[in-house]
Amino acid sequence: MTTDFWRIVFGRLDLGALDFLTAFRDPTLNEIILSGAAWAVILGGLAAVVALSRYRLWGPLWQNYLVSVDHKRIGIMYIVLAGIMLVRGVLEGVVMRGQQADGLGGGFLSANHYAQLFSTHGTIMIFFMAMPFLTGLINIVVPLQIGARDVSFPMLNSASLGLTVAGAALVMISLVVGQFSTGGWTAYPPYTDSLFQPGPGPDYWLWSVLLAGLGTTITGINFVVTILRERAPGMTLMKMPMFTWTALCTAILMVFALPPVTVSTAMLLLDRYAGFHFFTNALGGNMMNYANLFWLFGHPEVYILILPAFGVYSEIVATYSGKRLYGYGSLVVATMSIAVLSFTVWLHHFFTMGQDADMNAAFGIATMLIGVPTGVKVYDWMATMYRGRVRMTVPMVYLVSFMVLFVLGGLSGIILANPSIDFQVHNTLFLVAHFHNMLIPGLLFGMLAGYTYWFPKLFGFRLNDRWGYISAWSWVAGFVLVFFPMYVVGLMGMTRRTVAYTNPAYQPWMILSAVGGVVVTVALLSLFVQLYVSIRDREFTRDIGGDPWDARTLEWATPSPVPAYNFAVIPHVHAREAFAVAKEAGLGYQAPPAYADIHLPGDTWMGVILAVFGTAFGFGMIWYMWWLAALSFAVMAVAFIGRALRGDRAGVVIPAAQVAAEHRAWLAAVGRLAPVTREHEQDGINHGVAAPETREVAA
Amino acid sequence: MSAPQSSKLNAQGYRHDLRGYLTGFGLAVVLTVIPFAMVAMGDTLDRATVIGVVAVLGVVQLFVHLRYFLHVDFSPEEREKVYLLAFSALLLFLMAAGTIWVLVNMNTRMMGMG
Repeated sequence: MTTDFWRIVFGRLDLGALDFLTAFRDPTLNEIILSGAAWAVILGGLAAVVALSRYRLWGPLWQNYLVSVDHKRIGIMYIVLAGIMLVRGVLEGVVMRGQQADGLGGGFLSANHYAQLFSTHGTIMIFFMAMPFLTGLINIVVPLQIGARDVSFPMLNSASLGLTVAGAALVMISLVVGQFSTGGWTAYPPYTDSLFQPGPGPDYWLWSVLLAGLGTTITGINFVVTILRERAPGMTLMKMPMFTWTALCTAILMVFALPPVTVSTAMLLLDRYAGFHFFTNALGGNMMNYANLFWLFGHPEVYILILPAFGVYSEIVATYSGKRLYGYGSLVVATMSIAVLSFTVWLHHFFTMGQDADMNAAFGIATMLIGVPTGVKVYDWMATMYRGRVRMTVPMVYLVSFMVLFVLGGLSGIILANPSIDFQVHNTLFLVAHFHNMLIPGLLFGMLAGYTYWFPKLFGFRLNDRWGYISAWSWVAGFVLVFFPMYVVGLMGMTRRTVAYTNPAYQPWMILSAVGGVVVTVALLSLFVQLYVSIRDREFTRDIGGDPWDARTLEWATPSPVPAYNFAVIPHVHAREAFAVAKEAGLGYQAPPAYADIHLPGDTWMGVILAVFGTAFGFGMIWYMWWLAALSFAVMAVAFIGRALRGDRAGVVIPAAQVAAEHRAWLAAVGRLAPVTREHEQDGINHGVAAPETREVAA
Repeated sequence: MSAPQSSKLNAQGYRHDLRGYLTGFGLAVVLTVIPFAMVAMGDTLDRATVIGVVAVLGVVQLFVHLRYFLHVDFSPEEREKVYLLAFSALLLFLMAAGTIWVLVNMNTRMMGMG
């Protein structure tokens, strides 16, 4: 009777699932690392709670962030989430490098633990580091670049964040309670089916990806609508800044690419929970459809990840070269071409799985074609720098490293696009080297460049340059050291996802790679040191005028930090690089003839509700605690539908007088500040007003 | 603009909108009833004809919804919407056609014996 009762309450959860206790029962290095990670999550969470209570920050956190629908605040929360997950992802990568340096005939990790590491590493880096980071940047920048007050659906924006956080929380909980999937970030059945992995591992993967995927789909819809409907008057499509163009393509890709993975995830869940046979051969299912659906999402996903980074690079290359962006039209066409082509190549992820050679050839050629628009982009960026007055600021270090390393990675991709070569190197570390070569210099460097570039816009002070350089160069050096050896051992035949190996020829390369892991750790630490130093020294890097880089697009025509309503008066756009043209004409800082009341959307608890109860729902489903799952689902459904029917009743009106006072105060401050030339861009005297220079602008 | 004028305009706009929605609704009903009726008649009609007519009417239905409910037409103001729809249709075609191609190919090669 009582055991039945506890089984209903706790489902299949028991004390053996608590990872933080295993080291006390079985103190091997493997278990100590496992438990250590669990303790890190627990203690990290406790430390955050204690710090928030100690400095009485719960109120401000709740008021200013958690319930806020301000697109900038939501963007910041996305990037904080990405930062936390980046720490875990990088550390897992470093542990894996350590294991393989020691992996000749053994190593210190168990095969099961290693499989969990590469599964969580991939899942986290794609779904919970890269996606939140780029979604955060798009959230922060796009409404400012198009001259809007907020996104089209502010409450849904908060809901998207809540769902993403719920997915991330489940992955973090898997460190403490139970084990994660060992099926890699792609979770191919039948290996992830209940016959092979009856435990909670694949369920952790499935529910976190399902929740985060729903959030991303909603984000995609939100930004397609925002970019198409909320642009300032005069901003035609071909006057949109390049980052907004890439955000539009990314949002469209999100709308179309996420549903396949949501569907395949739901089908696999039905297989696991309800005895369906979508992906089991025996009863008429076909697991190849999983590979097909997953990569139907997976390949466009690659371009969801890379396009916003391309957008960041397009913005910073023009700004820091003091020149207009070269080949705007060709960049737009290239971006759209990549968006279409990204839906024509997914089969190259399973060249070796049995379709005929003609089909492989067709998808191989389509894959090689993507190199063309990407190459156009690289040439455009180079032509933008050509004869520009290039300042090698931190974002430019990322850009230049990206251009060199990304082209190398792209060439290895063209090699892999040839099916007959792919047959030789598939499933080796050559492939692992290739996609890290695309995603680290492509995505991660782009995101970090964007973070450095837009940071002052949000917080009103610049990031420390010295630590920025240390971090940037450490990322570059660490990346090269970690992944270039993998090209070599990959060609020698070393397979990916193996805990240990027997060929001693691999070991020197793996040790070199582990040294790179140390450098990458330094890069990661430097990022946090940079943040700490920047906050400590913020009085020396104040950005008051709002234009510390002599930048070109609309977001820089606002004060730093940007007020909640973004623009005192919605601007009329007459030129592609609107702010640069205005500055050129000496009209960068104009007081409008009249101000009007500004209506802003009201706060919502939706994000918090979906984050908390989404996590509880996933946890309940994973551990068969049906009452918890049903209750949480009911709360989410009632809250969401109720809010949809009720509408936004908490809207805020900012009176014209207040807007006028704030705007005039800022204009007066700009007038008092001494404009700085680009020679002093990184000095203490740069308070965000750029001295007029001879500019080349795009009208 | 004075209040009576704007309410008059609103009333005009409301009647115009209502006429659009009712036209769309009427067309949608007709386009739905015909296929159902043809299927309900069962064996009296040629099977291939029924499938063909149902498919064609389905596509017409699609355009009725776009025109009357989503207000998409070929006027210059709506051009962005048309572009986006065409782009979406292209992506959906690539995904659907590609999936069918891949799976049929694999099925014949890997399960053709069964």
